[in-house]
Amino acid sequence: MAALTGEHTERAGQPSLPAQIRRARTAYLFLLPGFILFVVFVVYPMLYSLRISFYDWNIIKPAKSTWVGLDNYRTLLESPILHRAVLNTLVYATITVPGQMILALVVAILLDQNIRGKTFFRVAYYLPVITSWVIVTLIFEYLFNSQAGLINYLLRDVLHLVDEPIRWLADPILAMVPINLLGIWKGVGWSAVILLAALQEIPISLQEAAAVDGAGPWHRFRTITLPLLRPTLVYLLVVLVIGALNVYIPVLLMTDGGQPLDLTHSVLTLMVEETFDRLNFGGGAAISYLLMAFVFVISVVQIRLLRQRVEVQ
Amino acid sequence: MFLPAERKPRHLILIYGLLIAGLVFVAVPFTLMISTSVKPQQYTFEYPPRLIPREVTLRNYTQALSKDLFFLYFLNSLGVAVVTTACTLVVSSLLAYAFGRLDFPGKEALFYVLLMGMMIPPVMLIIPQFLISKLLGLLNSHAGLVVVYVTMNLSMQTFLLRGFFESIPGELEDAVRMDGGGRWTIFWHVVLPLSRPGLATATIFTFLYSWDEFPWAHVAIKETTRRTLPIAIALFQNQHLTQWGQVFAASIVALIPVVVVFALFQRHFIRGIAQSGLKG
Repeated sequence: MAALTGEHTERAGQPSLPAQIRRARTAYLFLLPGFILFVVFVVYPMLYSLRISFYDWNIIKPAKSTWVGLDNYRTLLESPILHRAVLNTLVYATITVPGQMILALVVAILLDQNIRGKTFFRVAYYLPVITSWVIVTLIFEYLFNSQAGLINYLLRDVLHLVDEPIRWLADPILAMVPINLLGIWKGVGWSAVILLAALQEIPISLQEAAAVDGAGPWHRFRTITLPLLRPTLVYLLVVLVIGALNVYIPVLLMTDGGQPLDLTHSVLTLMVEETFDRLNFGGGAAISYLLMAFVFVISVVQIRLLRQRVEVQ
Repeated sequence: MFLPAERKPRHLILIYGLLIAGLVFVAVPFTLMISTSVKPQQYTFEYPPRLIPREVTLRNYTQALSKDLFFLYFLNSLGVAVVTTACTLVVSSLLAYAFGRLDFPGKEALFYVLLMGMMIPPVMLIIPQFLISKLLGLLNSHAGLVVVYVTMNLSMQTFLLRGFFESIPGELEDAVRMDGGGRWTIFWHVVLPLSRPGLATATIFTFLYSWDEFPWAHVAIKETTRRTLPIAIALFQNQHLTQWGQVFAASIVALIPVVVVFALFQRHFIRGIAQSGLKG
């Protein structure tokens, strides 16, 4: 039908039907390797996981698994350990996401200035990002250790805020401090680079025109820079929240998988422990589905809300 | 924020002051790691802790590197990361080319399906991926790591590369086609060479991801000799709780390839992100 509208026929010598089919076939060949992988290792696993979550899954003989309906979910929703893990994870997101975004915005603005040593600072601020999670977690564990950790030294002997070294990782609430600080410390550079790229897209002529009209730096930041960064900030918010809800390595390594007393779990450390230590595959799959649903809903809500606000303005 | 014309010395002081203050926070943990790695073991828990070691030794390095198959783990990691990066670049370039420059029925729908992959956190898929890999005989093998890593990178790298491919002017393609070149020729000889910043950015992201990946390797590899570095380092720390010097010596060696890759490709990096659709 499209061919009759004239739009397509104008484009040089196109689409006889066989030619169209041939072109589509080429396109599908380009897609083939990627989609095979994607279907086998993402789409199918998602459906498979949903199925497992309704079973008391038998890992040795899957055929002997028993259907338990929503029991896995019910048990979980009543489990105080999961409640605590959800709380810890939400706290982590609430602290690390704004922390990363605000600091990253400051860093990006500073790095966007035309100053000497720009490249040096750029690479330096990116170092925590390229260092593996395992390594940075170990560094923070050492920084916060109670025997001779640098943080305890600063708090006790330099600032005189405490009398005794704090045993950060022995207390379920205090353990959140190094974990959250690490989340911010590791993530700022990444967000800053994304924001920096967006800042550099803003034409300097806009700033100059506003300056001619007498707008100072702060005023220009609020009226020009911030509104133009909004799509990038929305993107960052969504991505960082997803990332934060999936916090795994620092919690696993620092708290030794939820110690003390399973009070420091994140949702994912609990999921992996439930699945691979207790071999409760059904329960683990149910946790992953609850989290996935939550991530999905919260992402859609964020995108909707923030889009609306842009339109209103 | 400040235009060059209106910049005053106090602005410059403010800018450098803040940048250096931030740098201290970034640098202290790294400095501590490096200095602990060259301190003799008895100073690991010295009090007050010192950022500058009073005595420098390479003993931690020689011990860490000679022990526990460290060299093998390093090679395992390197092999997995290099193969993953190469495969990801090929497969996602193919996808990105189709989505960026070709027309076919179902294009939009398929693209959204693929983007969905960016919203699904990798760790969530671990359980079914474990069961499927078991079925396909991929557990305990590096191939099993590579296929999963490639797949988990596809969505994001395709999205990133598509932004580049779309920005290449159509006239170039037309010129090749007039000379009788097909889609493959265009893809290999026009699109890929013109997208170097994009490919560099994708290389950095993918290499870092596969070098760093912990959860899947932790679950999928049980055979000691096939471990990758992150697993090996985490387990080593767990077994030798006070041997921080050796832990950090191993960590620093593990950091080298990452720093090399980043140094090689960083020139393209910001530009790469700016030109892709990645920033929102």
